[in-house]
Amino acid sequence: MPETRLSFEVAVVGGGPAGLAAACAAAESGRRTALLDDTPWLGGQIWRGQQAHPVIPQATFWIEKFRRSKAVLLDQCAVLGPISPRTLLTEHPRGPRQIEWEKLILATGARELFLPFPGWTLPGNFGPGGLQSLAKHGWPVAGRRIVLAGSGPLLLAVAHGLQNMGARIVSINEQAPWSRLLPFALQLYRRPAKMKEAVRLKWALRQTPYRCGVWPLRAEGTDQVRAVILTDGRRQWTEECDFLACGFGLVPNLELPLALGCQLDNGFVKIDPWQVSSVPGIYCAGEITGIGGADAALLEGRIAGLSAGGQEQAALALQAQRLQWHHFRQGLAQAFALREELAHLAAPETIVCRCEDVTCAKMKSFSCWREAKLQTRCGMGPCQGRVCGPAAKVLFGWGMESVRPPILPARVETLCPGP
Amino acid sequence: MPEQIQIRLNDQPVSVSAGTVVAAALAQAGQTRFRSSVQGEARGPLCGMGLCMECRVTINGQANCRSCQILCEEGMEVRTDA
Repeated sequence: MPETRLSFEVAVVGGGPAGLAAACAAAESGRRTALLDDTPWLGGQIWRGQQAHPVIPQATFWIEKFRRSKAVLLDQCAVLGPISPRTLLTEHPRGPRQIEWEKLILATGARELFLPFPGWTLPGNFGPGGLQSLAKHGWPVAGRRIVLAGSGPLLLAVAHGLQNMGARIVSINEQAPWSRLLPFALQLYRRPAKMKEAVRLKWALRQTPYRCGVWPLRAEGTDQVRAVILTDGRRQWTEECDFLACGFGLVPNLELPLALGCQLDNGFVKIDPWQVSSVPGIYCAGEITGIGGADAALLEGRIAGLSAGGQEQAALALQAQRLQWHHFRQGLAQAFALREELAHLAAPETIVCRCEDVTCAKMKSFSCWREAKLQTRCGMGPCQGRVCGPAAKVLFGWGMESVRPPILPARVETLCPGP
Repeated sequence: MPEQIQIRLNDQPVSVSAGTVVAAALAQAGQTRFRSSVQGEARGPLCGMGLCMECRVTINGQANCRSCQILCEEGMEVRTDA
């Protein structure tokens, strides 16, 4: 029988850049620290696969640094929510575990934003990051024709990754127009590493069309994606493919912060300069406080870890850097802002809630998320609105008001332990 | 040559490299339909990170396992509902 109740001075949720940096900083400060992650891997989604096949030196550095730290790794631990103010209920394949904490650092990261369009439920349509993650763990992409569409810097990075695994990238289609991207790209001179990376990716993909101001209208196929219809707003054309990788940027994973009562500010967790949320003792770092990538997340994670470890002075020294990254985040959000047309891609019969097969027309007849949920079961399937919730926000302007634990589907034995 | 692992997918033997997730093993075996939706539509993985639940399958008798997050293990029995 594994230990079912564990107690730590600092518990960190999420093993991506922010969580790794937070756990290292808290452990360095002499606190008994645990890092909890849902997966069997370290590095989060952005550094997935780096343990088995290290290519990103920064990822290797942080994973190694964590391994050398005194922090305990609790992997394959799905956090279901709080069962008391200072205890989390988690589910491990071998059974439930309760994690007691004195300071809690949330670094739950982000997921891809999916917007419904006709054909988006066909097998063979993935989030770009999703397809890359799967490919790193054996999903066959060599020789396959892949169209990338949607928005964000991830499109270029994923196209490059997939190409290196032997995929044939048909095209990369960014919805944002050049007129927005160019000013952002030009001010990257202030971040030479990012600029260098963008140029390197663009050069590696010089044979592949990278189009701006282009978005998908629909995907076609019977039991699988066979083609995608794209538009630039004036004309439409069809591109045949084996897989479509389409995601419209990233949205924060706010379920756990919300379940713990953390307040939001403009769609992200509200934090102070020490990464403290509105709930005393709970710190938040990384993409849940603003979408900005691994470097911003590492810095915020370090600040959160130092603060939780009682080293507020050391955290203070990082404030100027933190401010710079917050500017970068704002620039990113402006450059890749979603165009209005994307809210109208779904036809009346297009499914918006994939878990319960609820169509756009059905959802549209209600005035808010709560009412639509009660009447149609949208957002009440196994994903608990993780896919259709953010989509409904773009399509109908609905906000998610509350989250109820368990925030992930759980086994009955976990929720009601037997004698 | 990485170590090979034998699993069974809908009673058929499938051999994959160590480090392969269950979802990828299904794709390697040519399975595109992972589950049927409420209305009977074919569905497969979407998010690849354990959130959308579209890739769920039955593993060793345990229903609703996220195949994109679980590594193949020797002798694993995987079933799709399709």
